[in-house]
Formats: sequence, C-alpha cells, structure tokens
Amino acid sequence: MEIIMAILAGILFTTGVYNLLQKQLLRIIIGTALISHGAHLFILTMGKLKRGAPPILDKTITDYTDPLPQALILTSIVISFGVTSLLLVLAYRASKENGTDNMETLRGNQND
Amino acid sequence: MSNLTILPVLIPLIAGIIATLFHKKLTLVRIFSQVSTIISTIVASYVFYYVIQNGTLVLESGDWMAPYGIVLVGDLLSVTLVLTTNIVALAAVFYAPYSLSDEQESFYFYTFYFLLISGVSGAFITGDLFNLFVFFEVLLMASYALIILGGGKVQLRESIKYVLINLFSSMLFVTTIAFLYSVVGTVNMAQIGQRVSEVNQSGILTTIAFLLFFVFGTKAALFPLYYWLPRPYIAPNPVISALFGALLTKVGIYSIFRVFTIIFVHETAITHQFFIWIAAFTLIFGVIGALSTNNIKLIVAYNIIPAVGFMIAGIGIYNETALSGAVYYLVNDMIIKAALFLLVGAIAYLAGTSDLRKMKGLIHHYPMLGWLLFISAFVLAGVPPFSGFIGKLLILQGAIEANEIIITIIGLLVSLLILFSVMRIFIQGFWGEKDAAIVPNKPLARKLMLPVAFLISFSVFLGIGAEWFYPITEEIGNNLMNPELYIKSVLKE
Repeated sequence: MEIIMAILAGILFTTGVYNLLQKQLLRIIIGTALISHGAHLFILTMGKLKRGAPPILDKTITDYTDPLPQALILTSIVISFGVTSLLLVLAYRASKENGTDNMETLRGNQND
Repeated sequence: MSNLTILPVLIPLIAGIIATLFHKKLTLVRIFSQVSTIISTIVASYVFYYVIQNGTLVLESGDWMAPYGIVLVGDLLSVTLVLTTNIVALAAVFYAPYSLSDEQESFYFYTFYFLLISGVSGAFITGDLFNLFVFFEVLLMASYALIILGGGKVQLRESIKYVLINLFSSMLFVTTIAFLYSVVGTVNMAQIGQRVSEVNQSGILTTIAFLLFFVFGTKAALFPLYYWLPRPYIAPNPVISALFGALLTKVGIYSIFRVFTIIFVHETAITHQFFIWIAAFTLIFGVIGALSTNNIKLIVAYNIIPAVGFMIAGIGIYNETALSGAVYYLVNDMIIKAALFLLVGAIAYLAGTSDLRKMKGLIHHYPMLGWLLFISAFVLAGVPPFSGFIGKLLILQGAIEANEIIITIIGLLVSLLILFSVMRIFIQGFWGEKDAAIVPNKPLARKLMLPVAFLISFSVFLGIGAEWFYPITEEIGNNLMNPELYIKSVLKE
C-alpha cells in the first residue's frame, strides 16, 4: 500500500513542479496546490499505513492508526490553505495592476 | 521560572492582537507598539540574564514530558538571538512612524510587525521540528503581508516570487519532516538527535540532511538558492526591508546551526565539507552581486548573501572557534544589516533617488548620516575596533586550525570587496560638489537617524565590549560542539 501511495505522491510532485514552471500565473498556483497535496499524502504514507481503527479512544479496540501524522497534516493543510488564498488574491491584484498574468512579461524594468 | 521561555513569543503575539483593535488611531497604536516593544526587550534581556546565570531553560508546555509534548528550549544561543531580535525590533518601531505613510501604518502594519517578531522569537526557542515549521509559517505569513503593504506595482510583482519560493520550500520542509519521522519516529529535536545515532541508517539520514539543508538554504539565501532574495527585499518600505534583512535569513541560518549540530553529526566528512564549498560560492557570488549594481538598496540587499556565507563557513569548519565566531558574526550581522537598511532607506528618501549615479555631495547636507554610513561600512567589512572583526577573525582562525586555507583566502578577499561595495555609496553619494537639487530636511533626518545611531552604537559596543560578550559566544560554541548537553537538558534522563 505504501509503495502505491509513494508513487502517487511522486506523480503529484511531478505535475506540481511542471505547473510551477509554466508562464501563466494561475497554473503556477495550481502547481503549488498539487505540491502541497503531494506533501500531505506523503506525511500520511510515511507515518505507515497500518490497518487500525481511527484514533478515537474506545475500550474494545487495541490497534489504532498513528494519530501524530494526522495532526501534522491537519496543521499543514490549514497553513497551506491560508497561503494559497493569499496567493490567489495576490495574483488577482498583481495581474490587474500590471495588466498581465504572464510571468515572462511580469518582469519590470531595471530602475524601479 | 521556566515559564519565562515563552514570554518573548507571547508578549509580541498579544501585543499584535491588541494592536488590531485600534489600528486606525495612529497616535495610540504607535505609543502602544513602542511601549510593548520596550517591555518585550526588557523581558528578553531578563531571560538572557537568567539563562547566563542559571543555565538552559526548558518549558514543557502543558506539563507533557519532553518527547511527547512540545518543548520550548531557551538555551544560550536561542536567548541571545531573541534579545538581538528585540533590539532590531526596537529600532524598527521607532523608525516606522517617520518612514511609512499614515495609510500604510493604519492598515495593520503594527499587527504584522508584532506577528513577525513573535514568529522569529518562536523559531529561535522551539525544540521541536514541526513546531519550527509552524513558527516559520507564522513569520512568513507576516512577512507576506508586510511585503505587499501599500500595494505598489513593484511590490505586487516581486512579492509573487517571494511567496512562491517560500511556499515551495515550506512544502519541502513538511515532506522532509515526514521522511525524518518515518526513520526515527519522533519530531522532537533532542530525541531525533538521540535516535539518529541508534537507528544506524546513515545513508538515508544523510539524504534527509541534504534535503533539510536545501530547505533552510532557500530560507537563508545560500549560493545556488539566493536568486529570489535581492529584489523582493528592496521592494517594500525601508523599515520592512530592515526587519527582513536582519531577521528572516538569520532564522534559516539558526535552523542550520541547530539541525547540523544536534541531529546530523554522524557524517560530517560529507555534509560539513559540502558546506564549506557552498560557503565559498555564496561569498563570491554575493559580493559580485553587490558590486554589480548602482542601486544603493540593492547593494545592501546583496550584502546579506556574503554575510550568510561567512556563517555557513563557520558551521562547515565545525570546531569550537569557528562556531563561536559564527555566532558572534550572526549577532553582529543582524544588528548591522538592520542599521544599513534603515540608513540606506533614509539616504534614498532624503536624496530622492536610490540610484548612486544621480546623487553626490550629500555630506554637505547630512554630515551625521554620512559618518554613520562610514562607521557601518567599517563594521560590515570587519575593521578591527568594531564587532564585525571579531566574528570574522574567529571564523578564519577556526578555518586555519582546520587546515581550510582556500576558504580563509576567499573570506579575506571577499571582506575587502564588501568594504569596497559599501564604501562606493559613501564615496560617490557623499563626497563631491554640493548638489543644489536636494532640499535639506534636517528635522526629519534627525528623527530617521536616531534608531540607526542606536543600532550602530550597540554594534560598536559589541566590538569594544568583546571581553564581555566573547565568553558567552565561546560557551555557545562549546554547547554546539557538545549536543549531549542540549539533549540531556531537554530529555532529563
């Protein structure tokens, strides 16, 4: 199971990086979102996908899944959510102000 | 008493939240921010004093034992850096009212300023790798908001690059933590340090070490990863650039210090040797950047890079002399970079341009400003009576002890070029005929100069009072070379 998840995270990273290297601003943001998905999936995988009950305390159950990676992912999801929303607004303002959403033309001249 | 550790994080955090409530009432929010920064500095000095007297402070939050809960560790290195952060913040908060426009100030400048300070202090005192990531994000989010404050065309354009590179490296940081967690099964730094020697998998651990180095190297602007730094740093207001230049890259350096003295000490022949090469390239390329431009703000922004190079050389050489020198240089550089950014901001503002070719004869209008720049150029380059000298001397002495002759020579030559790059501002901008186009504005100049003079006097004090400060850095160097001390004080077994 872990090997499939690792490959999937790898695919997410690859597509994310490919999108980051594009010229259009929105594609770049989609790239960052894919990379963060990859990273979160990766934390879950690296915490080992042993079969066990969800980490809710119950006297009849002896085996639980590892609760720590889940807490880490939850924190990381909220953070990347905040950054992504900021980035979207930033991209909207920047493309409106500069009149382009192409990273190649979004360079400006030497003196400003 | 161990609750003292959290105060440098808590006070700015609460102050930031309170400052949000009356952000439009400028006089009130200014006075409030100045008073809270002074309080926070006093508390940080007390914590510093307390740690010198009584040794490392460890706060186990919520009374959970060390590897299970989050620990905040105030050891000597952390509290020294927290105090330095507060001193930089003190200068910035008194400079801000004269530098920012009223509109910028009323749109939550002080809130984000406090959150930035809180995040930086938190990153310095945390003892947990994932918590370090969270504090990184706290300070980065505040810095994203500060860099676009005002919403100018240039700021919007440059901040996109800044946000993207930081988002990417943060995600890589999370991935690396996941790797490390799967190998050692913990995120507490002391316990990772303990387990790294037990799990006996040096191949995968070295890979993780390089990944982490890549993450922190991106934050700290090391050689192949510094391309994002100079332009975004000069886009915002000078006071914001000063906070960035003084604090943000240094958090990356601090993390490298921590991680590569506590956790990854098993393959120093590979990792630390690699750092020396990186340091050499960082020094050379940074100083080439500083020499290549006529924009005075850009000159100072590029000068961050060779300074970071010196510190990485210190960790790469990895003996007690070099490490204590690197810490000395780190403290000195935080203060002097803030001073230089504020100074250059004042010069650009008063001269009406940041292009070196368009300004001349400023010394006739602003003699004090000129001499402050002169002194800070000397501090930056490391001329003997000033504090930059002792740090560099120790790093280079450590390099000779470790037989690293090439980095010694590069370090000395680069120091010369750093002096030249900053002296160019003095020679071309301040000497020469009186420029009739400049209308002198003495009262504003004085107000802008006061915080800079405070920082520079502090830095001069660090140089002259080396007898007092050197034993502290020597002990820090000793602590860094002996990670067992850190591990023992956190895990208490």
